[in-house]
Amino acid sequence: MSGYTRDEMMTVAAARLLWDRCVCFVGIGQPSAACNLARLTHAPGIVLIYESGTIGTRPDVLPLSIGDGELAETASCVVPLPEIFSYYLQAGRVDVGFLGAAQIDRYGNLNSTVIGDYDAPATRLPGAGGATEIAAHARSTFVMLKATRRSFVERLDFRTSAGFLEGGDSRELSGATGAGPVSVITDFGVLAPDPQSRELQLSALFPDATVEEARAAVGWPLGIAAEVGRIEAPSAAELATLRELHARTRAAHARPVHLPA
Amino acid sequence: MTQFLPLAAAIEEYVADGACIALEGFTHLIPFAAGHEIVRQARRRLHLVRMTPDLVYDQLIGMGCASRLTFSWGGNPGVGSLHRLRDAVEKGWPSPLELDEHTHAGMAAAYCAGAARLPFGMLRGYIGTDLTEVNPRIRSVECPFTGERLAAVPAINPDVTILHAQRADREGNVALSGIVGAQREAALAARSLVITVEEIVESLPPAMNSIVLPHWVVHAVAHCPGGAYPAYAQGYYGRDNAFYQRWDGIAREREGFQAWMQRHVLGSRDHREFLASLEGAA
Repeated sequence: MSGYTRDEMMTVAAARLLWDRCVCFVGIGQPSAACNLARLTHAPGIVLIYESGTIGTRPDVLPLSIGDGELAETASCVVPLPEIFSYYLQAGRVDVGFLGAAQIDRYGNLNSTVIGDYDAPATRLPGAGGATEIAAHARSTFVMLKATRRSFVERLDFRTSAGFLEGGDSRELSGATGAGPVSVITDFGVLAPDPQSRELQLSALFPDATVEEARAAVGWPLGIAAEVGRIEAPSAAELATLRELHARTRAAHARPVHLPA
Repeated sequence: MTQFLPLAAAIEEYVADGACIALEGFTHLIPFAAGHEIVRQARRRLHLVRMTPDLVYDQLIGMGCASRLTFSWGGNPGVGSLHRLRDAVEKGWPSPLELDEHTHAGMAAAYCAGAARLPFGMLRGYIGTDLTEVNPRIRSVECPFTGERLAAVPAINPDVTILHAQRADREGNVALSGIVGAQREAALAARSLVITVEEIVESLPPAMNSIVLPHWVVHAVAHCPGGAYPAYAQGYYGRDNAFYQRWDGIAREREGFQAWMQRHVLGSRDHREFLASLEGAA
């Protein structure tokens, strides 16, 4: 198979990390594409939860927002938002939390709040939303983020959500109940934490990516795992499913809305 | 007694300058028509409360109605920034905006506490986040049984909560369904509750587990079809995702934003005229 983008490879690689019947708390954007690709390929029984309160949703098109009507109409049930966060997430009933961010550091801590100083920011970002508690309480988290020296940084401008905090056992001591960021899917491959130091290191590369490229894109001296895996290119079926999903989504979002007279 | 009022009269009566107001609705049933009416009536120094400020607060902030914002996620969902919110925070335009910033789980707990008239909400939350450094209202309590430290946030009790819902009956009972966010909690946390509805019906069918706000907690109902547009009302109309995408360009620059608000919101007497003004304006 040839002719796919790095974005597509990222989405496919993330989708493959999910398993059938896992309970997954989905962030909007690329994580949502990855989760639905998994559902439409190898994980038909995956339970997708969006923070708007839709549980077990099976959208035909990707939602633009976290609360599109499509999510409610295709859900097993829709519950009030406080229930999602307290009875499901905080109670430990979510297997995987899927997060994005503007910045990540070597311990998988995330910033989605500000670039610059909090009180006088250069760029005000949207903020935490559900991320802080997803990062704390999902049994494990996956992070999706393209790598540049501005996004994979030595030091976050603001820590919105906990990864492994200062490394070692600092996360365990913090009261966070989940295992933290076990996989960071980026546009050259996948990073995973070292079992002792908890520092993220290169664990697998995309077919056409190199260690040098990975090192150049990361703002800290990137550690390399003892064995670096090679991720298989997207299959024809994966690519076709993903592209059809995106095509359906574009068509649906361009459709004019008619208000009742 | 629930009052049945035109929307303009309801805003006139219930939203005062300097009030703490919550226009809730998590993506779904966002009370846009009410927000526009607040802009038309030029309220000032409002303390706005909403988990996801969305376009409705981008508009209120950009039009100079707000001085404080309690929130947990301030973006244009799936699109990007709220440019007017950013301009207020980054550059103080049109006026500085004080932030009281939380997480979704924290705000949900604060609304639940407010609805129950408890002083604070509690959660196992805000772990490992710098939010606790920048917001002194995020504190902690010790569990009297186990000694565990838990996060505490002050209850939210808005002066008025404004919601949009699908239906009200003639007594003032209000039914809403679909994605319900924290609307029930925000409604019951408020001192006054104003609701715009798609439809007023003689009577509502018995509701077992769907959400009904009973008439004695509802202060005012305003009939306002299309009142959630460009958000949506399940069963009535869908979310105008293309409009949310266009808003990025409309709100990016101050002048373009002001011209749009002038033409479509200030230039319309009510929500019906607002919707009509958008026909062919894309």
